[in-house]
Amino acid sequence: MSTTTHAPTKPGNRLTPEQIEAFGKEMDAIRQRLIGELGEEDAAYIRGVVKRQRQLEVTGRALMYLPPAWPLAVAALSVSKILDNMEIGHNVMHGQYDWMGDPGLSSRMYEWDNVCPSSQWKYSHNYIHHTFTNILGKDRDIGYGILRMDEDQKWHPYYLGNPLYAFLLMVFFEWGVALHDLEVENIVAGRRSVKDNVPLYPGLLRKIRTQALKDYLLFPALTGPLFPLTFAGNAAANLIRNVWAFNIIFCGHFPAGVETFTEEECQDENGEESRGHWYYRQLLGSANIDGGELFHLMTGNLSFQIEHHLFPDLPARRYPQISAEIREACERYGLSYNTGPLGRQLSSVAKKICRLALPGRRTTPPAATEEAAPLAA
Amino acid sequence: MRIPSPVLQRILASPTLAALTAPHSVDRYLELVDPMWAATEVRARVVDIVRETDGVHPVATLTLQPTTTWQGHRAGQYVQVGVEINGARRTTRCFSVSSAASGPGEPFTITVRAHDEDRPGQQRVSRFLVREARPGQILHLSQAQGEFTLTESPATPTNNHLLMISGGSGITPVMSQLRTLLRDGYDGHAGRKVTFLHYARSHSDQIFAEELQRIAWADNGVSVHLRYGDDVFTPEALARLVPDFRDTDTWACGPAPMMELVQAAYDGSPRLRTEFFKLAPSAAGSGAAEGDVTFAVTGTSAPNTGESILEQAEAAGLTPEYGCRMGICFSCVSRKTEGTVRNVLTGEESSLPDEDIRICVSAPVGDCSIDL
Repeated sequence: MSTTTHAPTKPGNRLTPEQIEAFGKEMDAIRQRLIGELGEEDAAYIRGVVKRQRQLEVTGRALMYLPPAWPLAVAALSVSKILDNMEIGHNVMHGQYDWMGDPGLSSRMYEWDNVCPSSQWKYSHNYIHHTFTNILGKDRDIGYGILRMDEDQKWHPYYLGNPLYAFLLMVFFEWGVALHDLEVENIVAGRRSVKDNVPLYPGLLRKIRTQALKDYLLFPALTGPLFPLTFAGNAAANLIRNVWAFNIIFCGHFPAGVETFTEEECQDENGEESRGHWYYRQLLGSANIDGGELFHLMTGNLSFQIEHHLFPDLPARRYPQISAEIREACERYGLSYNTGPLGRQLSSVAKKICRLALPGRRTTPPAATEEAAPLAA
Repeated sequence: MRIPSPVLQRILASPTLAALTAPHSVDRYLELVDPMWAATEVRARVVDIVRETDGVHPVATLTLQPTTTWQGHRAGQYVQVGVEINGARRTTRCFSVSSAASGPGEPFTITVRAHDEDRPGQQRVSRFLVREARPGQILHLSQAQGEFTLTESPATPTNNHLLMISGGSGITPVMSQLRTLLRDGYDGHAGRKVTFLHYARSHSDQIFAEELQRIAWADNGVSVHLRYGDDVFTPEALARLVPDFRDTDTWACGPAPMMELVQAAYDGSPRLRTEFFKLAPSAAGSGAAEGDVTFAVTGTSAPNTGESILEQAEAAGLTPEYGCRMGICFSCVSRKTEGTVRNVLTGEESSLPDEDIRICVSAPVGDCSIDL
């Protein structure tokens, strides 16, 4: 029984183990149905997005030759990088399109327009984050090792800088993502040795070199006297992508109401987590953002973070199609389905970042009765 | 339209251009302009389809115009052909090139028998190529591969006797060799003694029937022997035709049962060269844990317990890479070279050779070989 500091599951979200199992069965059924439906439409969709992204990229690079069109060039290149990283890169690297057998859309081959090498990202994201979503001490995406994003992370004077660190992470997001795999926080804590990182360096350096070479040397040089302008334009596009991706991704797991879990409360009597509980945890550990079709595309459908976490390896274009069904299931089971407009989710995240810079203070007082016992125990 | 000039081709394949399109390859951009434009990948457009035989398993010859990246083939080699059926799932199978040796960028033919039954889980590449493909269809190719090739130059006449034995659609690589000898030899003569022995199910199933008849009648050094139906391969019959066959350079390609007989007849003779293609096994029974699981890289093998391949590999003392162990993270993807596996989450069975599978959620159905 976790009695100490961990915030218990909100009363409304508590289910019996039988209910959790039934919920999991329903999710499995949806999954099965979607897999059966995969085909031409999904293939045409992702190929269409890739085509649009490549067109925008070429347009952006070309417009750099026209100084008056500089803002347009930056805009095109930014959108290209956002699509490449989110709707294409993130989703392809999840294996969402592996069934197509197209090497250009294979999770094993895809490399994104980002300084983080895909192989390292797939480990920390697909495996660690998606398997252990929101389990304290297991999911390194809770605060990314530098921020305090949950009451149950022990406060330390270091966290007074929480808002500053978050701001810096936003500006340098792709670098943060790239360095994430070095697990610096674990090195500081003595859980990992610097030597463990040595095998990661060559891939990381190679990727940084490739990215820097084209954005900060080759393309600027190709525009001759416009070198500084193109250089600035490419940097701006990378910055815009960083800021956008950071904001969308922080709305995925950090808005108020999203639950975190301890390892113990996920385990059944055999010390293992049931499939149903895994689904249950993914649902309660994620939050969506409301918006229009274009907005969802630009977020890589991570605005359907809940659906993504339930079915991370199914094509993201399917998430909006099933979201009503998931919501309906949540209503039946009395589970909260966390969603809201971008402004609300963002301000909720910002408040949390600032509030957790300071020690203690829990907004949701723990329910002091036995009902707070972990439900799967 | 193919890339018009060698200079342009060289620019497209240059490291500088690759640095500009990184992390994506130049081909990811070119394919959006024209699928026949390529810097390194090989694709082809089907320009002609000719039906060779009809019947239950018809055969067709497809003439392919490859991209300029095609480096040509030596007679007897094969090429991997990837097809996107219904625009979605790409499936790749190997086919021998049936036309005479080709140079870079030159058209060539593959001759395909519609093998695959249209059953769930089967991607029916050959069926598609024979029955559904139309001129204009784009195919994804590898470069030509394989060492089942002629060992001597067709242009130089020799006293060597060459023996070619084939069965059914196994005729394609040896046909490429025969055509190359006749094309590149002096005045339509093979320039050496060639014995061409072929087994077909029936006269109407005979591929290249007319051409073989013409070759048989011409004065070209080639003797053609066609056998049908119950007249199957025996060492005695071969010995009547070529008494010293074990000391004769031989190329043999055909269905597995025939190839076993041929190999037994040659008794380990180094003069025999063989070519096999993997065929998906016929529908495997569901649920039953039978057969053996072979981990090809480490050379271990164990009886199939019905558990996931990851668990069976670990039980066999292997340490394959893995992550979530529940089929979501793709850390454990490995290549299944042969056999049928069942996805334990969906129950879906798949028998494709050389397929990438998530071993944590795949259980073998019968014999199965994994690259671990």
